[in-house]
Amino acid sequence: MSSRSRTSKAVIAGFALLAVAACHREERHNEPKPFNASIKAGESPPTISPGSARPSPLDPRAADFDNNAPAIAEGQYLYTRMNCVGCHAHGGGGMGPALMDDKWRYGGRIDQIAATIAEGRPNGMPAWRGKLTEDQIWKLAAYVRTLSGQPSKDAVSSRADAMSASEPQTLSKREPVKNADTAGR
Amino acid sequence: MMRGSGKAAASLPLLLCGCSIQHYQSTFGNAAEEARQFNTLFVIFLIVCAVMYAFVIAFLIGSIVRRRRASEANVFETGRHHATNPAMQTGLMVWGGVIGTGLIALAIASFFADRSMAQAAAHEKLSITVTANQWWWDFQYNSADVSKTLRTSNEIHLPVGVPVRIILHSNDVIHSFWVPSLAGKQDLIPGRENDISITPTKVGLYRGQCAEYCGTQHANMAFVVQVEPYADFIKWWEQGLAPARAPNAVLAKAGYQYVTTRECAMCHAIAGTTASATVGPDLTHFASNRSIAAGTLPMNQANIRRWVDDPQGVKPGTKMPKVPLAPNDLKAVVAYLETLK
Repeated sequence: MSSRSRTSKAVIAGFALLAVAACHREERHNEPKPFNASIKAGESPPTISPGSARPSPLDPRAADFDNNAPAIAEGQYLYTRMNCVGCHAHGGGGMGPALMDDKWRYGGRIDQIAATIAEGRPNGMPAWRGKLTEDQIWKLAAYVRTLSGQPSKDAVSSRADAMSASEPQTLSKREPVKNADTAGR
Repeated sequence: MMRGSGKAAASLPLLLCGCSIQHYQSTFGNAAEEARQFNTLFVIFLIVCAVMYAFVIAFLIGSIVRRRRASEANVFETGRHHATNPAMQTGLMVWGGVIGTGLIALAIASFFADRSMAQAAAHEKLSITVTANQWWWDFQYNSADVSKTLRTSNEIHLPVGVPVRIILHSNDVIHSFWVPSLAGKQDLIPGRENDISITPTKVGLYRGQCAEYCGTQHANMAFVVQVEPYADFIKWWEQGLAPARAPNAVLAKAGYQYVTTRECAMCHAIAGTTASATVGPDLTHFASNRSIAAGTLPMNQANIRRWVDDPQGVKPGTKMPKVPLAPNDLKAVVAYLETLK
């Protein structure tokens, strides 16, 4: 055996090892982290602000839920069970606004969506604080972001729980987020 | 190591005995017509196959001995000794006959078992719709009178001697309905309807278990079947139809307030209150169940507290979230749940 083939074998083995190391996925958090679970109603961090004020920094909790496959799957479960479908359909909207387009009246960041779910919004969106746990609200927010293709494709489900006429989320187009507060700038 | 495995081997017959004596969850329970049919079939298959197996092994040993003798005697094997050896010829013909008879016997036995089970299905007097969820069982006793329809979770009662049709649905993934002492397995498949018939013949308490891997808590997806005389069954059904009584104690009242207005009511239903969601198990008679969370914990006050306080610690991955309850609220909720007899 020549030394060159031996070297190339070693290189291939090295790459294989690196490939195995790349298999790391996010962790499943069964036990919710004890983050500010005791925030009182109406005290969600002000993630949106009118006028020219700069948007607040991203909530650190976002790291635990955004792009997290188990969180997105749980969010999908809650999305139908909590009847989000009743107003928003499977993202296409109806009585409520569509969630699969690029328009976000109250912000398209995960913490902004979580605040919208927790506090409710005018003209029909009910407040879910005290009805769902913070953990569930954030999981729902993580799933809502998949409807417009925001998370990476390896985190979303390739098969919808519900019967669906649209293509799988792994193939859906990513919509640029246009926030109401940034649209005017 | 040797001693350990010896002990294990010695305790195996004991374990098997344990199964046959208890019948709580045993395929040899014979507590229903269907289980008895299956076990008869099993015995017939066992006997026929054991005879076949003995024949094959006998021929194998015979051929080894013959070959060895032939090589010692320096005889050339033509491969046609059956034509020259009358004993061998008879032996092979008998074997062929036994195989034919055995296969026919198996076919006839399974035909009759199948037939009698299908006949039982035509005489059902009671129908129960089972909906499997990750990871609990939703049972609905159907009645022509809709007001008599009863919804329970993780525990069913069956009248002895009455053929029951069990209709199987699933809400999420494929599960399998299995009460080993009563009948074989039948899958619950999302988007389609399956069914199975059971005619219980022995009064008793039996354990059912999901028999198709369905996720992290597949092991903790069990239910209890109580087979009882018809009169007791009707009494139980009537009691089940009664709505939950309003609590009297101060603590339980506070719990009632929390359960019916907060997170609990988003998923659970309690008849007689405003809580009417169908996402989670019906809690109307929660405290009269034998177990909590589909066979995860035995029912008692300490376990209700454990479960409500930290469902994710007791049954990691369960769809019930950990609700951050203040100590007072926890006490109140447990006090209220205890009244749901």
